[in-house]
Amino acid sequence: MSVRRLAEEQPASFEFTPENLAWANAQIAKYPEGRQASAVIPLLWQAQKQHNYWLPKPAIEKVADMLDMPFIRVLEIATFYTMFNLEPVGRFFIQMCGTTPCMLRGSDEIKAVLARRVGEQKMVSADGNFAWLEVECLGACCNAPMVQINDDYYEDLTAENFEKLLDDLAGGRPVHVGSQMGRRSSEPAGKLTTLTSFYGDDGRSGPASDKTQA
Amino acid sequence: MTKIIVDGKEVDVPAEYTLLQACEEAGAEIPRFCFHERLSIAGNCRMCLVELKGAPKPVASCAWSVKDCRPGPNGELPSVVTKSPTVKKARNGVMEFLLINHPLDCPICDQGGECDLQDQAMAFGVDNSRYAENKRAVEDKYIGPLVRTSMNRCIHCTRCVRFTAEVAGTADMGAIGRGEDMEITTYLETAMSSELQGNVADLCPVGALLPKPYAFKARPWELGKTESIDVMDALGSAIRVDVRGREVMRILPRVNEAVNEEWISDKTRQVVDGLQRQRLDRPYIRKDGRLVPATWSEAFAAIATRVKATTPARIGAIAGDLASVEDMFALKSLLGNLCSANIDCRQDGTKLHPANGRGSYIFNPSVAGIEEADAILIVGSNPRKESPVLNARILKRWRMGGVDIGLVGERADLTYSYQYLGAGAETLTELGNGKGFAEVLIKAQRPMVIVGQGALLREDGAAVLAACAKLAGAREGWNGLAVLHTAAARVGGLDLGFVPAQGGMDAWAMTRPGALDVIFNLGADELEIAPGAFVVYQGTHGDRGAHRADVILPGATYTEKSGLYVNTEGRVQYAERANFAPGDAREDWAILRALSEVVGAKLAFDSLADLRKALYAAHPHFARIDAIEPGSINIANAGALGTGAFTSAVDDFYLTNPIARASAVMAECSALAKGRLQQAAE
Repeated sequence: MSVRRLAEEQPASFEFTPENLAWANAQIAKYPEGRQASAVIPLLWQAQKQHNYWLPKPAIEKVADMLDMPFIRVLEIATFYTMFNLEPVGRFFIQMCGTTPCMLRGSDEIKAVLARRVGEQKMVSADGNFAWLEVECLGACCNAPMVQINDDYYEDLTAENFEKLLDDLAGGRPVHVGSQMGRRSSEPAGKLTTLTSFYGDDGRSGPASDKTQA
Repeated sequence: MTKIIVDGKEVDVPAEYTLLQACEEAGAEIPRFCFHERLSIAGNCRMCLVELKGAPKPVASCAWSVKDCRPGPNGELPSVVTKSPTVKKARNGVMEFLLINHPLDCPICDQGGECDLQDQAMAFGVDNSRYAENKRAVEDKYIGPLVRTSMNRCIHCTRCVRFTAEVAGTADMGAIGRGEDMEITTYLETAMSSELQGNVADLCPVGALLPKPYAFKARPWELGKTESIDVMDALGSAIRVDVRGREVMRILPRVNEAVNEEWISDKTRQVVDGLQRQRLDRPYIRKDGRLVPATWSEAFAAIATRVKATTPARIGAIAGDLASVEDMFALKSLLGNLCSANIDCRQDGTKLHPANGRGSYIFNPSVAGIEEADAILIVGSNPRKESPVLNARILKRWRMGGVDIGLVGERADLTYSYQYLGAGAETLTELGNGKGFAEVLIKAQRPMVIVGQGALLREDGAAVLAACAKLAGAREGWNGLAVLHTAAARVGGLDLGFVPAQGGMDAWAMTRPGALDVIFNLGADELEIAPGAFVVYQGTHGDRGAHRADVILPGATYTEKSGLYVNTEGRVQYAERANFAPGDAREDWAILRALSEVVGAKLAFDSLADLRKALYAAHPHFARIDAIEPGSINIANAGALGTGAFTSAVDDFYLTNPIARASAVMAECSALAKGRLQQAAE
């Protein structure tokens, strides 16, 4: 955590696309008259998605005007939640998990790759493609190590497949979201090590193993 | 009422009281930073921890209601302990946390000596620190010309944030970031837009927000403190004037629940430098077109020559907006002795007249009564500019809910929402037919019609007043006609009958070319006097009036004389003298007394006490300080309503009188406000 300020270079204006505007109005309509301010976080979030995953000043002011809120109230929210990026984050914003399970499974290697290829944290790479940030647990520990790139999780990373992933992203080639070694969701990586037989079949558990019953 | 035991003492308090208030009631002192009686409860400083029997840990007394306390297992009364070792330890701990990041710069901090944190650290803190780490550093913010920031000192009580949102109604300030990185600021460091912004420096319990113009000027213990009354607007806020030597260093609010609660406007507070600048500190006489310094006797001789050579009907007097009741009484008596009927205290030309009854020119429902009103109609006024503190009271009422507010006049951002009814007299005519908002007023138990001077300055001012009085209607024990004045002297002048006597001229007529030969101008700077007449200007500042003068008699400002003022409610208030006028300047009643002898119309009093005796004999209600003499309304010959839009009587809030126009701080505020207006227009 550190002091968060708006970016120095700001676009001149911000407008929601027609689809996003319709979506935003639907969000606002969820709340009773006079309570539109409740929709501030969804609106900021959508604005950020639309604007290359970072929130410029005109967007903050646009959202404030849409919800009839003072600018400062919206700025408070935008600076409070770290999910709102106030600076440009490149085309692909990589949030790398460095919490214990990922660290035990080799997130330090991933970090080294990022440091080498992208550079310092919170800085956009020279080609404008990437920016990265070490974050706390993103809740995909069983497929550690993992990163989140924009909206998607990429799991089971190694230095090699992560480099390839970055190359593919930069090159505009299709990539596979989720596990990078082909397993489905969080199934065991190799063969099954638990629940290999039905309950009681091995004679060590279940009613069959209870000698007093026999 | 609910019973609760505080430190073994049983007290009976309203159920909605917080524990903190209940403890105060029982005489136990509870330290606090974030809690403030007039703001919402934040509960974030944790300084007010007390032990509540049955609660697993100390509770924040400011955020815990008496009605939330449960009785003991055998039905015992809830019991609060404020003096136990646990409470002491809790306070020590909280204080230690607060001081982790608070700089130890008290010796160079303006708040030193009147700092809540300093005082409470002495009373409830520990004497050493266990923290060797670096303290957090925070950038200082620009938040306007009136409040200086030193954000390292901020303890995040958020009083300023709540004040701007809830009392000022402008939501200028906020807290960005979170946790240790939380910072109090305005939106991207723009200047605050409220006319009450100076109050955040008073609210700040530490030295983070300080009055900028007063920075490094004085220490609180060097200052002589005098209780006085403000004259910058007609509200008559209770103020305390802090003086060092002859110089007024600062002006602070005093608590007066009936008038200003504990807020004052920025003009009231920061006009201080205007009291020093452009002062008239010696008499002047115009010779060959130029004003040259003179002695008092030369000035008096020049006046006497002119007065003695003039018939009484060609002599007149106009009283300005800042004159005290005593000054106007002396001037009225002087003109009476000179047998002239030409006197007027209404330099703006308002159509109010004492003949219509006292109720026709005061704020009858009283300022505190705004909180009881259930329908408010504002006519030809922008209360935010004309009396920001009164506007805050309307905002307070609006925030309570259940009130309809309508506006006839100029559209403006009043900080609360209102129903816009129309621009001017036509709308008032329509309302007179009992349609639309008039129905709301008729149905209301406590309707209130606030009439600004903007609507009363017009030709049909009397008709507007009559129409408003009719709209306000009559209720048992409630008079809803509320005349909002812009001048501190006006109600006092009308009470005195400082208006043209039979056959006399009013201010407008007196200032026409060739109307009069001699005009006594008691600090009336807002009107143009046509060339021709010999003008004696008695005032304090080298402003419009002084430029037109033929003789200048230097007077005293409101801090330099003891005087009575009557506020817009008709409340008589007493202002004590805080310092002395500069140079040869004298108290105004004394100047008039001395002058009266020279012009051969000697006044019958030799001291202020004698003057007051004569004043009270003629107008007994002036003797009842802080009371409101109720009045009736009998408006005769009102005439017909005209047409045309109403405008507010105050164009630039920051520059309404000679003192404010002499102030550099007010000039800066005015420029900023103009810039904001332009920006909004673009």
